[in-house]
Amino acid sequence: MIAYWIQTASHAQLQGLWWFLCSVLGSLLLFLFFVQGGQTLMARVAKTAEERSLIANSLGRKWELTFTTLVTFGGALFAAFPKFYATSFGGAYWVWVLILFTFIIQAVSYEYRSKPANVLGTKTFDTFLLINGVVGVLLIGTAVGTFFTGSNFTLSSYNFVTWTSSLRGLEAAFSLFNLSLGLFLVFNSRALGAMYLINNIDFKGVEEFEERLRTSTLKNFLWSLPFLAWFLLQILPMDGFAIGENGEIYRQTWKYLFNLVEVPALALSLVAGLILVITGVVLTAKTEAKCGIWSSGLGTVLVGLTVFGLAGFNNTAFYPSKVDLQSSLTIYNASSTVYTLQVMTWVALAIPCVLAYVAYVWWLMDSKKMSVAELSNPDAGHMY
Amino acid sequence: MIENFDLTMVNWARAQFALTALYHWIFVPLTLGITWIIAFYHTIYYRTGSEEWKNLTRFWMTLFGINFAIGVATGIILEFEFGTNWSNYSWMVGDIFGAPLAIEGIFAFFLEATFFAVMFFGWNRVSKKFHLFSTWMVAIGSNLSAVWILVANAWMQRPVGQVFNPDSARFEMNNFAEVVFNPIAVSKFTHTTSSSMLFASLFIISISSWYLLKGRHEKMARRSIMVAAVFGLVSSAFVGFTGDEAAYEVAQHQPMKLAAMEGLYKGEEGAGIVLMGMVDSDKKIGDDQDGLSFKIKIPGILSLLANRSSGSFVPGIEDLVYGNPDHKIMGVDDKIVKGKIALTQLDAYKKASKNGDTAAATAALTMFQANKEYLGYGFLTKPEEAVPPVGLTFNAFHLMVALGTVFPLVFLAFLYFSWKDTLKEQKWLLKGGTVMVFLGLFAHWSGWIVAEVGRQPWAIQDLLPVTVARTNLTAGTVATTFFMFLILFTLLLIAEVSIMLRQINIGPKEVSE
Repeated sequence: MIAYWIQTASHAQLQGLWWFLCSVLGSLLLFLFFVQGGQTLMARVAKTAEERSLIANSLGRKWELTFTTLVTFGGALFAAFPKFYATSFGGAYWVWVLILFTFIIQAVSYEYRSKPANVLGTKTFDTFLLINGVVGVLLIGTAVGTFFTGSNFTLSSYNFVTWTSSLRGLEAAFSLFNLSLGLFLVFNSRALGAMYLINNIDFKGVEEFEERLRTSTLKNFLWSLPFLAWFLLQILPMDGFAIGENGEIYRQTWKYLFNLVEVPALALSLVAGLILVITGVVLTAKTEAKCGIWSSGLGTVLVGLTVFGLAGFNNTAFYPSKVDLQSSLTIYNASSTVYTLQVMTWVALAIPCVLAYVAYVWWLMDSKKMSVAELSNPDAGHMY
Repeated sequence: MIENFDLTMVNWARAQFALTALYHWIFVPLTLGITWIIAFYHTIYYRTGSEEWKNLTRFWMTLFGINFAIGVATGIILEFEFGTNWSNYSWMVGDIFGAPLAIEGIFAFFLEATFFAVMFFGWNRVSKKFHLFSTWMVAIGSNLSAVWILVANAWMQRPVGQVFNPDSARFEMNNFAEVVFNPIAVSKFTHTTSSSMLFASLFIISISSWYLLKGRHEKMARRSIMVAAVFGLVSSAFVGFTGDEAAYEVAQHQPMKLAAMEGLYKGEEGAGIVLMGMVDSDKKIGDDQDGLSFKIKIPGILSLLANRSSGSFVPGIEDLVYGNPDHKIMGVDDKIVKGKIALTQLDAYKKASKNGDTAAATAALTMFQANKEYLGYGFLTKPEEAVPPVGLTFNAFHLMVALGTVFPLVFLAFLYFSWKDTLKEQKWLLKGGTVMVFLGLFAHWSGWIVAEVGRQPWAIQDLLPVTVARTNLTAGTVATTFFMFLILFTLLLIAEVSIMLRQINIGPKEVSE
């Protein structure tokens, strides 16, 4: 049945499927940014070296999953939508280089922060984690914002990109809309980070730390609200980038509102996502529940799916050009061939297995919570 | 297609990729190789329950973790650099090249990342059996990752399973199995993984030799050496065998690279292999000089290795550049002419198609199809541009082979004296052993240089030169990021080495302590 579908699906169906799969990866990444958000809590919410160590060792068991999801997200976009990969990375050069820079410094920081003779000192590596948590997430948010506001590029007849802004992508950060999406992600990641830590740490002996994390969850959620509201208020009446019958791109007022109405699954996903995010925050801030991360995490995934869905589905150009409308990228003109998408779809059948073993190992490792006692136990294993 | 290009920018982009790859390549071979050895140590601990084997496993695991982190940091840049610095390439071949990278993420990176956490933090959290299983999964995941990245790299060296689509002006995949089972991919993977095991064995021998010289952790050091020497010796045999296969594939599909590796300017029947030699820096392509100012050769061996026949003809650089009608070799200048026809006709085809002129489009397409095999040559301006840097390729190849010949002798010596139980008395061997890891690194770097410098000027062999593959950036922009990465990677490398040295100094936990 599945084999039959893969072999007989039209190019457009496969393009839609791959935009959905990339959206799932991107949305999972937004959830897994709890690692980045948690990193930023080391600076102020954690008051002692012991609390910072608890955060580092709790998040340290998960940072690689976020990193791997980011790399796989990039790989999937490269394979399924190579024109986007080439246009965005080659065009918005400085944004991507800076994002990568923040992830390079993150990758070594967990392992090196508490090791003797680490040259730069624990504070420097903790600052690296803070930079990754704030700048990395903020810039990724602004980059996603350009899916709606557009970018400054033209494509030649051979589809080679020319970027018309000398800031090479950094100009996206000067748009209030893009910035608000980035800031929403930063605060949402911080709230998710606090909820993850509450779920993952045994607070025996550091009860006050748990209280601070619960307060931080609520505060960061409240901080995220104005940016989310601004994003939603702006996006609905915005002149979107629509695909006409002949494939030409044109501006359409209320385009993204129409997308919500015409694709009810997106509207449902947005509403359900927001309710779940709020539920997780309320559970964490107002009760003693530790499971808020699962509700808010799932909610974040659903909101992420809506954002990516609004950008790419329902005849919408997902990577529009502000300077040359017809250079805009759609899931139809930016994708790989039918053959490559079929091959990749066969490969994607393994994704449920991957998710299953990730979930199993997550459950297995987290069934015993990270504790202060473990930090000082020399037999506990590797420590950050 | 490409009217103007900034060669300075291309060279900065090349330098940046080389910088990232060379840094990355310090850490990756160790990761690929040492995970197997750690899994082996872990298995002995699982079977014996011995605390000594547990401590030994944890010690090497700690060093692996320090190394792994910076390997990950340098690795992410490599993937995204294809987009940032080589965006034309990414668009033109993303249909083929992107798939292995995505598959690497799905099949290998998740396996590695998930079980990495169990391997390091699972000592008291999961069952011993599952913990051991996780250690093996990390080894498998790391090496699976090598499979896919080398499939991608091999495709650039020998682009199979693809067709050029004149409508989209890009290369499209038409046979995934051919891409995956590309013979160059097979030889590259086996050669890379076996040489990585060899490198990891040298790493363990270097540190263990230092312990024996200092009279510290002697039991652990002896055990480590015994296992590493056996692994190293077996790996050496594989390295030799797979290296021969890799060179054979180069001879069949990248004859210019082979000629540069051997400094062979004029083709020969019964060509000999250069045991030792020195490149003549005054040599100009086409003059009467030999190209090597000094050489010791073994006759017939190069022909035997390249074509499996000792009397066969091996083309030299000048045969390939200027052509050799006796051996039916077309010169680069002829290929440039055909390549330019292909480019002109491709342009004509696109214009005619856009204007709806079907007859003109068909005529242009026919001409294009007849010459498309030489498409990449159309971007060259003179035949000599098809020659890679000979001196660098020759020296790197010979350094790699020389070191690869020494290593099995080193492993044999360590094994022999371990068996005689007189290893501690062999100060000369132990002192030599401490520097072996650096020699292993030089051998690995040399191999990378042969593979990548030796194929210049091509991003995709014969089809796309690096000058076309690049992003439309200024030289100043790429130079700035080059220095950003240079400073950052150097800083992180200093931190890594410092931490590693301190951990080695601390050493493994002793049972009696």
